[in-house]
Amino acid sequence: MLELRKDIFADERDDNLKEIGRGTQRQDMLGHVTGTSTYFDDHKLQGMLHLKVLRSPHAHARLRRIDTMEAERSPGVRRIIRGADVPRNLNTLLSLINFGKDDEPSLAVDKVRYKGEPIVAIVADSPREAYEAMAKVRVDYEPLPAVFDVEEALKPGAPVVNETYPKNTFVYHDVYDHQKLRFGDVERGFAEADHVLEQRYQMSPIEHAPTETNGSIAAPDTNGRYVVYTSTQALFFSLDTCAKILDVPSNTFHFIGGTVGGGFGGKVDTLTEPLAILGAMLTGRPVRYQLGREEEMQFGSPRGAERIYIKDGVMRDGRIVARKIRAYFDSGAYTRLSSYAVVKCVAHLPGPYTIPNVHGDVYCVFTNRTPATAMRGFGVTAMDFALECQMDKLAHLVGIDPMEFRILNAYRDGDMKAHRREAKNTALIECVQVAAEKAKWPLREEVKRMSSRKDGGGSRAAISPTPIEPAPQRAAVSQQRTIYDRAPAATIQPAPPTPTPPPPRPPAPSPSHGATRFSSVFGTRRR
Amino acid sequence: MTKTALQFRHNGRDVALFVDGGVNLLVALRELIGDMTPKFGCGQGGCGACSVLIDGELHLSCLTLAETVNGRAVETLDGLKDGPNLHPLQRAFMEQFAAQCGYCTPGMLMAAKALLDRNPSPSRAEVIEAISGNICRCTGYEPIINAVLAAASGGRARA
Repeated sequence: MLELRKDIFADERDDNLKEIGRGTQRQDMLGHVTGTSTYFDDHKLQGMLHLKVLRSPHAHARLRRIDTMEAERSPGVRRIIRGADVPRNLNTLLSLINFGKDDEPSLAVDKVRYKGEPIVAIVADSPREAYEAMAKVRVDYEPLPAVFDVEEALKPGAPVVNETYPKNTFVYHDVYDHQKLRFGDVERGFAEADHVLEQRYQMSPIEHAPTETNGSIAAPDTNGRYVVYTSTQALFFSLDTCAKILDVPSNTFHFIGGTVGGGFGGKVDTLTEPLAILGAMLTGRPVRYQLGREEEMQFGSPRGAERIYIKDGVMRDGRIVARKIRAYFDSGAYTRLSSYAVVKCVAHLPGPYTIPNVHGDVYCVFTNRTPATAMRGFGVTAMDFALECQMDKLAHLVGIDPMEFRILNAYRDGDMKAHRREAKNTALIECVQVAAEKAKWPLREEVKRMSSRKDGGGSRAAISPTPIEPAPQRAAVSQQRTIYDRAPAATIQPAPPTPTPPPPRPPAPSPSHGATRFSSVFGTRRR
Repeated sequence: MTKTALQFRHNGRDVALFVDGGVNLLVALRELIGDMTPKFGCGQGGCGACSVLIDGELHLSCLTLAETVNGRAVETLDGLKDGPNLHPLQRAFMEQFAAQCGYCTPGMLMAAKALLDRNPSPSRAEVIEAISGNICRCTGYEPIINAVLAAASGGRARA
């Protein structure tokens, strides 16, 4: 049961908690227990067609020829959709916030880059007829060498996964093949440290496996609009993504969703809506596109794999004086949201601890695996696993109790964090103290008296001298911007690279308020 | 394609329909009868979201050929409440917070009903066994188990 510890930080709030700590019924509970909550697939529409997708059996292959002649004539087939039928067959999800280059087709045209990648969509009267037609599509594949390991993908001569990013890494700030954090001088810190510990950690991809698979039903509405029932977790994000891919104004769509049969991050990628809507546009009929369980596992994006190297310098008295991190996020064949996960990870370094010298290099790497996406704390989860394993090992190395070791190194109010923001409202010390108390874990009296609000700031608020590294040559600006005015198709193609002067420096930061809070995500691209 | 005539009781009402060969009970219920309470989760008998009762026994409708229920009685969540009155299991699920996304709930409730119909006062272990074929990915098993036990004991929660 929930226990409110109102004794902690009691002076920081009015004691007027009226809702927390008491039960409140969910507004959707009656629908759930009576089975009347309406999920996307619970809509039965007159004349509804079914869309199924032919997927690549190869992790990496050139598409020499796609022959749909026989499939077109298969009974019940209403329409076969190929890449050329998709108005803008290249997109990246975060182009909606001008982050990243369009790198992913809705239907593969020249190459497939992961097993399960969509190639041809078949719209038929029944799922069975769609599958029967699918068996008649002939695709001539030329298998290519594939790369499945993040560090292998960065070696010279590695297969190029995604030609939009020929070095197999996402490009940050138009220049860097990774996201950096520099705070103080870790090499000096290591030289001063009593012990240095370097370790390698990794995490496999994790499938969300929601009980309801991804899917959507799109139907022509009146006035040329389309109504879309969808499992999406991100209704307006999906709506805007569809508007971009289908090259129509976003008010073309009426998206209906919100009742989602489990998402956990696996339903933000707009996997099914664009093709379902395109099917409805091309046939004039409602079209249902629901992933099967195998498709959900193979094609539905997982939490991405990560490999993490941590090198720490620690003093005999337990102070961590340097932390150097190199990490590789496996984005799979396309960017989706992994570029953002990396930025979020770097902002989280070095964990909730005050360390005077921190150095982070985190790479978003392309491999021939299923593209990764959001999942519960992505970007931070695996890194925290690695950091906390490391904390236990360091505590053991210097012979200090692991709980006390965390309290000793925890952020306190007034400390400087590695991304140069003052730590405020910190509470790790109190959390560890309460956890220790609950676990009946003995802490020394002196440690029990420590507080997040005491002994912070001062020298802990200083930014240690940080060596400046030479910046790489800034390449021509390659980041395209998505403009939501309907542009003629010609302007959609990326311009040929021409030597351009470096972009103007971004304007000075405006006063801090909500709208600029996430500026570190967008770097120079913030408008 | 040849269609087969089929008659069965659906939540106490007689229904008659024609099905294509190979159509499973889940599709027949959802697409032909319009009872959307059984859910598709995997189509492979792995998740339990499509659970229904056939002559009082728990079955996975995705693995049941529609033709095989001819002349039998099929119960789904749609028939669980009595008019406007919720079944004790439904009330207990509400009170014990035993649903998050709600997608596994229809199958869970049918699995729980099958249990309580044959064993009105199950042990905790028996409840766990009874819902072991039903996957809840929001991982709310504890409140679900508590709800089934609460319904069995007439609304009193048991730890």
